[in-house]
Amino acid sequence: MMFGALGFTAPWLLTALVLLPVLWVLLRAVPPAPVRRRFPGVALLLGLRDEDSAADRTPWWLLLLRMLALAAVIIAMAGPVLNPRGEDEARGTGNLVIVLDGSWASARDWQGARDLLDIALAEAGRDGRPVALMRLTDPQPPEFQAADAWRSRLAGLDPSAWAPTEEMMARAADLLAGQEFDTLWISDGLAHEGRSDLFGALDASGTVTIHQTAQPLLALTPPRFAEGALELTAQRLAPGPARDITVLAHGRDPSGTPRVLATLPLSFDAGVAQATGALTLPGELSARLTRFEIAGQGHAGAITLTDDSLRRREVALIAGREDREGLELLSPLHYLERAFAPSASLMSGALMDVLPANPDVIALADVATLSEAEKTALLEWTDVGGMLLRFAGPRLAASDVSRSEEDALMPVRLRKGGRSVGGAMSWGEPKALAPFAEDSPFAGLAIPDDVTVTSQVMAQPDPTLAARVIAQLGDGTPLVTRKRIGQGQVVLFHVTANAEWSSLPLSGLFVQMLERLAISSGAATPVAEDLAGTTWQAVQVLDGFGALRDAGTLPGVPGDALLEAALGPDLRPGIYEGEDRRIARSVLREGDTLASAVWPAGADIQGLDRAAETPLKGWLLAAALLMLSVDIIASLALSGRLLPMRAAAVLAAMLMLPDTSAAQGLPPETLADEVTLAHVLTGDAAVDDLAHAGLRGLGETLFFRTTVEPAAPQGVDLEADELAFYPLLYWPITATQPTPSDAAYARLNAYLRSGGLILFDTRDADIAGFGAASENGARLQRLAAPLDIPPLEPVPGDHVLTRTFYLLQDFPGRYAGRPVWVEAAPEGAEQAPGMPFRDLNDGVTPVVIGGNDWAAAWARDEGGAPMRPVGRGYAGERQREMAHRFGVNLVMHVLTGNYKSDQVHVPALLDRLGQ
Amino acid sequence: MTQAAPPASLRVRSEAEAARLPALLAQARYLAGSVLLGQHGRRRAGLGDDFWQYRPVQEGDQRHQIDWRRSGRSDTEFVREREWQIAQTVMMWVDGASSMLFSSDRNLPQKADRAQLLALAAAILLDRGGERVGLTGHALPPRRGAAQIARLAGMLAGAESQADYGAPDARGLPAQSHALFVSDFLGDFDEVHAALTGAADRGVRGVLMQVLDPAEEAFPYRGRAIFDSIGGTLTHETLKADDLRDRYLSRLAGRKDALRRLCAATGWQYYCHHTDAPAQVALLWLYSALGQGR
Repeated sequence: MMFGALGFTAPWLLTALVLLPVLWVLLRAVPPAPVRRRFPGVALLLGLRDEDSAADRTPWWLLLLRMLALAAVIIAMAGPVLNPRGEDEARGTGNLVIVLDGSWASARDWQGARDLLDIALAEAGRDGRPVALMRLTDPQPPEFQAADAWRSRLAGLDPSAWAPTEEMMARAADLLAGQEFDTLWISDGLAHEGRSDLFGALDASGTVTIHQTAQPLLALTPPRFAEGALELTAQRLAPGPARDITVLAHGRDPSGTPRVLATLPLSFDAGVAQATGALTLPGELSARLTRFEIAGQGHAGAITLTDDSLRRREVALIAGREDREGLELLSPLHYLERAFAPSASLMSGALMDVLPANPDVIALADVATLSEAEKTALLEWTDVGGMLLRFAGPRLAASDVSRSEEDALMPVRLRKGGRSVGGAMSWGEPKALAPFAEDSPFAGLAIPDDVTVTSQVMAQPDPTLAARVIAQLGDGTPLVTRKRIGQGQVVLFHVTANAEWSSLPLSGLFVQMLERLAISSGAATPVAEDLAGTTWQAVQVLDGFGALRDAGTLPGVPGDALLEAALGPDLRPGIYEGEDRRIARSVLREGDTLASAVWPAGADIQGLDRAAETPLKGWLLAAALLMLSVDIIASLALSGRLLPMRAAAVLAAMLMLPDTSAAQGLPPETLADEVTLAHVLTGDAAVDDLAHAGLRGLGETLFFRTTVEPAAPQGVDLEADELAFYPLLYWPITATQPTPSDAAYARLNAYLRSGGLILFDTRDADIAGFGAASENGARLQRLAAPLDIPPLEPVPGDHVLTRTFYLLQDFPGRYAGRPVWVEAAPEGAEQAPGMPFRDLNDGVTPVVIGGNDWAAAWARDEGGAPMRPVGRGYAGERQREMAHRFGVNLVMHVLTGNYKSDQVHVPALLDRLGQ
Repeated sequence: MTQAAPPASLRVRSEAEAARLPALLAQARYLAGSVLLGQHGRRRAGLGDDFWQYRPVQEGDQRHQIDWRRSGRSDTEFVREREWQIAQTVMMWVDGASSMLFSSDRNLPQKADRAQLLALAAAILLDRGGERVGLTGHALPPRRGAAQIARLAGMLAGAESQADYGAPDARGLPAQSHALFVSDFLGDFDEVHAALTGAADRGVRGVLMQVLDPAEEAFPYRGRAIFDSIGGTLTHETLKADDLRDRYLSRLAGRKDALRRLCAATGWQYYCHHTDAPAQVALLWLYSALGQGR
């Protein structure tokens, strides 16, 4: 039986709803129980009679609540189900195979696919069907298990970054062959090779239901360099209406933080499946790019990674002499600049200035001698991958560099003087280049006929020479030699960098040779033939959602496969590292397009959305229970019996509340809100408790007598707590307390400099005059030594401390009559005639040192009674009062500074006002 | 004769009572402090600083009381009298019956608490003004000083009687003294009448302070209910409490009117205080009322 989306398993039970009105009348007739109240005014009530003998009835809302609860129970028993599966959807029996494409294209709607899986598994679980899961991107032999076992593993199910290939499809078909089962196929909607074959195989084994998303899919192909700009192309699966998208260029800012460096809006025209745009970035910025991404897609296909092909090398050019102004074509750097300028960013300057910028290449044109410091720095830089490019020249030929012993920064030893061929004064012809050897980095480059060499520096024949030659002349003399140093290398051209010694710099070969040396990156993406035989190691790989992850220990990939082969578990999209460069492999290759999946006619294709079948019985019963509990509480409240329950609830709440009475660890906002007195925790519990009680007593006195209303005092752990919140720090000295750490002293000094005050109390009546004769005195000396304390003096009679609130002459605590020390008055403070006080220093004295045990005199217990005796009788009480007054004065001094000192100027101010 | 409580339990109870004392005392002091500053705005001078008059030495004066400077200017010897020495006596009675142990809401104090607080704060104020304070019924003879305040606080906190409704205790009232009666006056009116007329006969004037809970003033009850007095001696059952409200309120108004008329007849002053009102207001009135009588 169905009511809209609601169905019932036992609809006849609903007839019981007819009983509800009868129950209403019955319940209405019963009066509520009387309320017992305690009320002193009952004396005035005696003798009053009720005028109306009819009692109040149960309130209508309570009756309604009970009716609703009963109705909920009746309906629940009838077994309501939300979104029940219709009769036509036959409940399957037997095995169920769930086939997932699981490719990058399904990553965007993965949550929907997972929800659908969950619903399907839940239904299979209710029907008791064994389920097997088959991921086409990674086909495994089917494993039929209970649906609940699969549901618990759903959270770990993620899409792969590659798409199923034809072999994978075929393998899946093989694995499932020869069994009877129904199929639920969650597809990514992309055309894959072998899909129709697999469908045929599945259809033969049982019914096949296909779910695929209708959302349009977007993907990005790798960028191309076109006319100095980066050309980006986005593809979409189905040509639909016009649509604008945004491509984000991710990279690192100069501090290394990942951020979006640029955005490029692209528009798909209506009916077109491709959108292209060009992005022009400064070389500095494009060198830092890491990837492009279509905003808001969240799958690996919307990301294309960038590699060294976008990176511009930084080349530093340094010449041995720059004294020939005006003759630009003869400049040793002119041809290098021309060769590098299109593809690299150039730097110039002194060697030691450019080295910290860590260029990729340093070219030294005819630089012979280097200082020791420069040599060391260059060696370090080369050792970690720098490439030193040296050119010969008259200076190098004339110098003794690498003559008798090989220089560390030269690939070979050199003969004295070099040689000159084909000139006016020599016999031979200018020499041409020999073809490049197979193992040379220049192998395969065509040598123009007109490249000749007239002068060169000559290498000494050494055992290592042959291995270091990478280019030679027709007569076998080395032209370019190379030596590896650590991860870097040094390359020597045995001719000059200008056209003086050879015509090489004038030819296109020069530029090609520099490119081959991986100096410039003008070359386009490498082709497969270039990479044959090399092995590439994954550094970072993309997962299906497009997140870059560390590659871990994935096996190496052959170079030709890296560019050509289809993606799979062994070749994941990501960044691969070879000998001297990095190559990125994205999901889509240049020129790839997206195509929609084509299903055979008659296939049952549905979307990813599907409402779950939800039994409502439990919810209704729970609602009925809830209403009945409300009814209990309401009935109790009506009859006045709720009070004990409320007390119990309060008690339970109090039991659950954390103990907030602990004074430690208040949040800083609280401390900053109120004036808080603090004492240093000494580690001696008795002293700390007394100090706490003392500050509490002083706080009460302040509260009662002044406008200062301090919060509860705090114990301060010098090692851990922030001191800035406390205007006053009371520090009782014990003989055994530990010395604070250096960090704590640093904070204490900062506290003192920023206007804090520490009250040191040796608590020994100062019997030793702060000498080392008493234990506490000695301890005080040691504790205070690292503190930034100014010169001190006993409180002078005109110190502001004697009059900030009360007029005081003495500062007793539990002991009286001992001197108290404060910051000394400045030199030469004189009492002006007619002034009661000297004009003393501004600000608050950073320390007050005494031994009168003030905390003991201030201390009050929770009830406000004094905790320690002071003196005897009335005189003792007077002394306690004076101790409190000292405390009030001290806090006032801390809070108002020298305000009371300024009162001496009042006569002058009044005089100026003309009174 | 009831059996004496075992010493241990007595000790425990007395300590529990003593623990309540300082809180009440501190509360009362704080309350008194606010009123003193608020109303008069002058600081109290030191002990005996206010000059009143010189008078000749009389029988019984101590020698150190003689003011030698004044005496040296004439033949007779003089004593310097200070103003505060002419002290009045204020006797207090605070109802400790069960009916006072009522508060209609968690956030409200019990009537007894408020009554004790007001009485004690008034006592502190009077003590500062130099008056002598004591309790009626020979419980605490009038004296001055901090010790007397502490004793007063102790006796107030401990004075809970078993009776359901209290009656004023007018015994031990010195003639021509002042008195302060604090109660809800919901009990037998005749006893109040007897106490007040008896006191007025002896020249005692004073203040009646009625402390009521807001629920007693509003009677916010509905439906079928059984009302018990706090002590449990009186019970009244009704089927419809809301019908009783008007008649109850008129009876309460009648009681207040009777008290007011009784006060007018005997020269006393009457004030009705509710526990949801601030104590300062009541104390202010109380202090000025007692001050008029001085």
